[in-house]
Amino acid sequence: MIRIKCPYCGERDHSEFTYGSDASIKYPALDAPESEWTQAIFFRENIRGMQKETWHHTNGCRLWLEVERSTITHEIKSVKACHPQIEKITKSKL
Amino acid sequence: MTRFNAWNVFKNGFTGQKNWDRQWRDPEPKKEYDIIVVGGGLHGLATAYYLAKNHNKKNIAVLEKGWIGGGNAGRNTTIVRSNYMMPGNHEFYEHSLKLWENLSHDLNYNVMFSQRAHVSLFHSPSARDDAARRYNIMRLHGTDGELWNLDTLKNNIPHLNYDNARFPILGAAVQKRAGNARHDSAVWGYARAADSLGVDILQNCKVTGVQRSQSNIESLETSRGTIKAKKVGFAVAGHTSVLWQMAGLGNLPIESHKLQAFVTESVKPLLDHVVVYGVGGAHFYISQSDKGSMVFGGDLDWYKSYAQRGNLPIVQDSAEAAMAIMPCLGRIRLLRHWAGVMDMSMDGSFFICKTPLSNLYLNAGWNYGGFKASPASGWYFADLIANEQPHKHVQNHNLERFEKGINIDERGAGPDPKLHG
Repeated sequence: MIRIKCPYCGERDHSEFTYGSDASIKYPALDAPESEWTQAIFFRENIRGMQKETWHHTNGCRLWLEVERSTITHEIKSVKACHPQIEKITKSKL
Repeated sequence: MTRFNAWNVFKNGFTGQKNWDRQWRDPEPKKEYDIIVVGGGLHGLATAYYLAKNHNKKNIAVLEKGWIGGGNAGRNTTIVRSNYMMPGNHEFYEHSLKLWENLSHDLNYNVMFSQRAHVSLFHSPSARDDAARRYNIMRLHGTDGELWNLDTLKNNIPHLNYDNARFPILGAAVQKRAGNARHDSAVWGYARAADSLGVDILQNCKVTGVQRSQSNIESLETSRGTIKAKKVGFAVAGHTSVLWQMAGLGNLPIESHKLQAFVTESVKPLLDHVVVYGVGGAHFYISQSDKGSMVFGGDLDWYKSYAQRGNLPIVQDSAEAAMAIMPCLGRIRLLRHWAGVMDMSMDGSFFICKTPLSNLYLNAGWNYGGFKASPASGWYFADLIANEQPHKHVQNHNLERFEKGINIDERGAGPDPKLHG
């Protein structure tokens, strides 16, 4: 079991989360050529080592998180919210 | 090479079966080969065998970083079937099944292919309609397939959970020619047959670098020295992306995920079919090995990984699925479980294709289905390497299909590799 330190809920089993995908994908402009969209949607670096990826805390706060995790050892280096301004928003509500 | 036959087994009986030849040589790498296949699993060995046998090629090497059959060839649930419906896929897998049917004779090696039927349960009228559609498409293309109603199913497999299943069993879609084969035998059979046709099988020979010019590969750096090659085929499912990037070729439509399999202690004959159960999130397949162990598997571990070990939630899911359809397994003990690294492709279908480099060929993206595919995979990959032209059955199994919009998405799951289980 991987343990993921959700910045809002604390450290939880990975079975509470849903794995998303590679977090380093940048989508091109809407009118970009099809080859760029093909690369973004279908092609992956598929890193063997530390990679940035997204996880959804499905059975928790339901936020999307950006996790830095090794695809060899499953060791987690960092966890943060995907949305850059989510911290500001959640703090102001609290 | 001494052939296996009744007379030779009888003759060697006088000397305690101790005087058989080595099954394959352990040669030193040559400086140069005409064709190098990277990856000594079933696909790589089959490719080398068919290159030598069908295309009369000489001077071929298979490079394996560990020992042959030590990767996914030894990490699967040994199921062979051809219940595919997409154009390209059904011809390919049906050809594979036909090759399996004669493989023991062809290789002069018993691969213990047992056509015990693949029984895919359905649990709702809509699932039955879906199965009817798929199996009718198969029948229209000459593959066998039938639907069993509940009575037929009960007669054939009396001990499934017919009484109080959460999702009542309504019947099953069945392919009778499908079944199991012995994974090690297939590896050893292909290795022995390829070796006897002159293929060098180089074990403990890990590719550590790729020397290339702008348009082709010149040589491979390996843990046993630099080896030049006129043509190179990659057949290293699981680690394709790693090798691809070693050759400086960028990204692939592949993610590596791990898939677990499980083996229990041996019990008396209990199940003489392959039974598949899939409802909602669950996905489960089980058969009994010749040694009596129950061999079963479930879903991927749901996150990208190169680790060859599984996680606990999937152990639990698989155990729950086992109990849901075969409650009689409740007290059986698990002996081993393991995980293999899968090339999960973006549409769930494989790649046998040319690459941006003129003398490099790619065999990858086998998802869940690599074991059963291996004879046809070797067959068509050898054909591609020898003729430099993809056979019509695999003409769309290339890297360009995504941009062209001709994805071969058997499951209709979209561009998310983990969903193509």
